[in-house]
Amino acid sequence: MSVFIIRRLMQSLVVVFVMSLLVFFGVNVVGDPVDMLINPEMSQADIEATIRALGLDRPVHEQYWHFLTNALAGDLGKSFIFGEPALKLILQRMPATLELAFVSLLMSVVIGLPLGVYAGLNPESRVSRTIMAGSILGFSLPTFWVGLMLIMIFAVVLGWLPSTGRGDTVQVLGVSVSFLTFNGLSHLLLPAFNLALTNISLVIRLSRAGTREVVHQDYVKFARAKGLSSNRIVFVHVMKNIMIPVVTVLGLEFGGLIAFSVVTETIFAWPGMGKLLIDSVQNLDRPVIVAYLLIIVLFFIVINLVVDLLYSLLDPRVRLQDVKA
Amino acid sequence: MTSVTDPTTAQPPKPLESGPLDPTTRDAGAEERAAQQTPFRRFCRDFFASPVASVAFVVLCCILFIAVFAPWVSPTDPYDLAVVDVMDNRLPPGSTSFDGSVTYWLGTDGAGRDVLSAIFYGLRTSLFVGVASGLIALLIGSSVGLVSAYYGGRVDSLIMRIVDIQLSFPAILVALILLAALGQGVEKIIVALVVVQWAYYARTVRGTALVERRKEYVEAATCLALPSRRILFRHLLPNCLPPLIVVGTVQTASAIALEATLSFLGLGLPITEPSLGLLIANGFQYMMSLQYWISVFPGIALLITIVSINLVGDQLRDVLNPRLER
Repeated sequence: MSVFIIRRLMQSLVVVFVMSLLVFFGVNVVGDPVDMLINPEMSQADIEATIRALGLDRPVHEQYWHFLTNALAGDLGKSFIFGEPALKLILQRMPATLELAFVSLLMSVVIGLPLGVYAGLNPESRVSRTIMAGSILGFSLPTFWVGLMLIMIFAVVLGWLPSTGRGDTVQVLGVSVSFLTFNGLSHLLLPAFNLALTNISLVIRLSRAGTREVVHQDYVKFARAKGLSSNRIVFVHVMKNIMIPVVTVLGLEFGGLIAFSVVTETIFAWPGMGKLLIDSVQNLDRPVIVAYLLIIVLFFIVINLVVDLLYSLLDPRVRLQDVKA
Repeated sequence: MTSVTDPTTAQPPKPLESGPLDPTTRDAGAEERAAQQTPFRRFCRDFFASPVASVAFVVLCCILFIAVFAPWVSPTDPYDLAVVDVMDNRLPPGSTSFDGSVTYWLGTDGAGRDVLSAIFYGLRTSLFVGVASGLIALLIGSSVGLVSAYYGGRVDSLIMRIVDIQLSFPAILVALILLAALGQGVEKIIVALVVVQWAYYARTVRGTALVERRKEYVEAATCLALPSRRILFRHLLPNCLPPLIVVGTVQTASAIALEATLSFLGLGLPITEPSLGLLIANGFQYMMSLQYWISVFPGIALLITIVSINLVGDQLRDVLNPRLER
């Protein structure tokens, strides 16, 4: 096990190193770093001072070293627009994104699991066929277009739910959250559902397949023979066993949620990291873009590492294979 | 389909002494006729056995026709400033133009352009980007996958590590990172989509090629001292085609959806070449005042395109997968 963890850690370090090289060369070779990192509205003397401060007058390998040490110290430059450190800006927006991602993860289980189990228990019924057709649609519909439709139907035509912003927030352990106030919850509903849509379809498919497999197992037959109520069989014996694949796959999908929140946040003007990225791209606020890229890459490497380790804990075959290879 | 003889077409010798009314003879005759069919005909028969897939195929052909011949099919040229009249802006579907010469079946957008014509031109851009990036990614990915499977060892494990690492990042994230660094433009979004997709092709081809590589015909080709390049591309590649075609259709659909998403975010195509995603983005601001048609109809066009490609891809997978052969 420890061999496996060390190997995975080493691999992650290599990826971090390669990624930092890519981002560095993306900024320095594809574009002109003076253009990319310096506000064009500064005076000539300021520009020269910044070039020296950033070390842009030194050779490339020294520049990379400078960039790397600065990044490790948490200094990723200052935003042109806000005049604050880029890292601080992004960390301020992170709770909003994480809240959205967690709520939509929860939503996909709460909505997807009952529908999937129902479709698995009654595979031939018309309702089940409708559910399955809906899940195909959930995969095919482009997220951003569904978001627009949700806004049009629920915010404009019906006027039930607000379509932009986060609403009232409450401070919990120094982090502001919206799901604890009624107003915040109503703001959260549409974007979270929009983000959850693909995963709802995924959970429906997984739990349907799982249910169809589980109902023919001996322990379900035994429970039935023992005279247990069908409610108890479904909610305890069936549900418990199909939760394993559902939870595993959803864990893997969490990273995807963070990535797709860029789209949802832009549509619903949700003040998270993703919206900050799109705003920065439009305003050419390059230090924030570079900082976002580095942070999100790091984030993903950590998620992948955790998923790999959990997998190897749950399924020993994974790590045995890797040690042999 | 592949050019190798399919083992199922080889018929066992039939007993000669059975009479004309013997059921086995009639059966064998039918099988013989089936054996005379070319693989392509058999493939067509299997494919069109599903009504849903047939409809999807016809719809897809119509979409392709519209996309290729957009300048001739469209009622008006939405980007000809001499024709577009700002007086016609934001007309609801079915209204006629200011001077009464054109009927806008799907309404007009904020600049007075016909939404139907804009959709036709948008389909052209979207499909071009999707198909072009798909083909380039297919070329690069399948070459890499073949090399990886054929040489094995260190080369293989290095390439597959890279593929694994890339696939652990969601496609939209990789594309966002690239476009944030590269900027806007048709060639840039194609580059981004190729980078996103090549790994899927590489993995698919490698998987199939690993199985094919152990077969006798490759051994025979190696014994004939044919050059590696010839074995790779003339012997291995044609036999890896069926799964590649399936992955290709699915990937093209997701590339079109991804391009629309990126253009919607303002990261994809420039305003001069509006794809469906950009049309939808342009209509977003009018949605609040219930002028739904500017966004909704391009969205439906995008949806029909993606769903029909996916349905065709699903049917291709069922037909081309030997494990499901009936």
